[in-house]
Amino acid sequence: MTTPTIESPKAPVRTHRSRFNLEAFGWVFMRASGIVLVVLIFGHLFVNLMIGEGVKALDFAFVGGKFSDPFWMVWDTLLLWLALIHGANGMRTVINDYAHNRLVGVILKGFILVATIVLLVLGTLVIYTFDPCPAGSPADLLPSFCGTVG
Amino acid sequence: MPDKSAGSAVASQPEKKYPLPRLAKPKALAGTVYRGNVGMWSWVLHRITGVSIFFFLLVHILDSTLLRVSPEAYNAVIGTYKNPLMGLGEVVLVAAIGLHALNGLRVILVDFWAWGTKHQKLLQWIGLVLWIILLIGFVPRHLMNVFAE
Ligand code: HEM
Repeated sequence: MTTPTIESPKAPVRTHRSRFNLEAFGWVFMRASGIVLVVLIFGHLFVNLMIGEGVKALDFAFVGGKFSDPFWMVWDTLLLWLALIHGANGMRTVINDYAHNRLVGVILKGFILVATIVLLVLGTLVIYTFDPCPAGSPADLLPSFCGTVG
Repeated sequence: MPDKSAGSAVASQPEKKYPLPRLAKPKALAGTVYRGNVGMWSWVLHRITGVSIFFFLLVHILDSTLLRVSPEAYNAVIGTYKNPLMGLGEVVLVAAIGLHALNGLRVILVDFWAWGTKHQKLLQWIGLVLWIILLIGFVPRHLMNVFAE
């Protein structure tokens, strides 16, 4: 006959599941991304709105000049990803606070998630497949380095 | 008096006839983070600006995708950013981002720094002053650009 094993009644109950807590990670992420975004956003605003003629100078040629420089490509990629994810995670918090109906909450958060993923992909593609000198476009709309050929 | 027993009659009583007791604000908690006062309005504004900036960001990424369509398409849409009404909209946008950013930094300081937690009200006023300085730096220059021919 085998003796049945009885667990020690004093054995600690396992309440600790995993070290990684997504909600806590989100909390840290909001703060870390916020600090980086201060630099990225105000740099973006300063260069696009304050230097030279500001908003009046914005056009295809202006952006074409910026996206021919790896520095601004990396800057804008970071800005795109951090701002979108920070904003989307913030929207998740807001929806959690106000959507008392579970289904409504799931639908709204699904919408935010889909919009975020689509725009991350679209935005990243724009930065890395951008052609500052598309063939057949009038030269006066293009950055000056495109020359008159094409 | 039967009415004094809790429940049924309470909801229908006119407020003026039976004014609610005025509760004194607990002294020990006054001025603590997230318990009303200025902190509550900072939170409300932080939330409103955060949501608004998010929706602007969605539109702003979409208008940038026109860079892949054609110079003409992009210029046509970015051109709308230059009309006077949108120029004022950009002032509101920068004001909102400034408010959200400065308040966000305040929240971070209060969360991670004991001194910040203790002096969170002072931080709020510092934030307000920095916000005004930001707008003094931005608004006149931007409006000059918008309204310049
Ligand atoms: C400029 C730099 C920014 C800083 C320093 C910043 C800071 C913060 C911080 C610290 C929080 C968390 C607040 C909390 O947990 O109580 C937060 C929340 C939020 N942020 Fe930002 N943020 C910035 C930019 C942005 C941008 C660009 C967007 C939009 C795309 C945005 C949208 C939001 C939203 C929607 C929330 C949630 C608000 C809430 O829960 O009430 N933020 N921000």
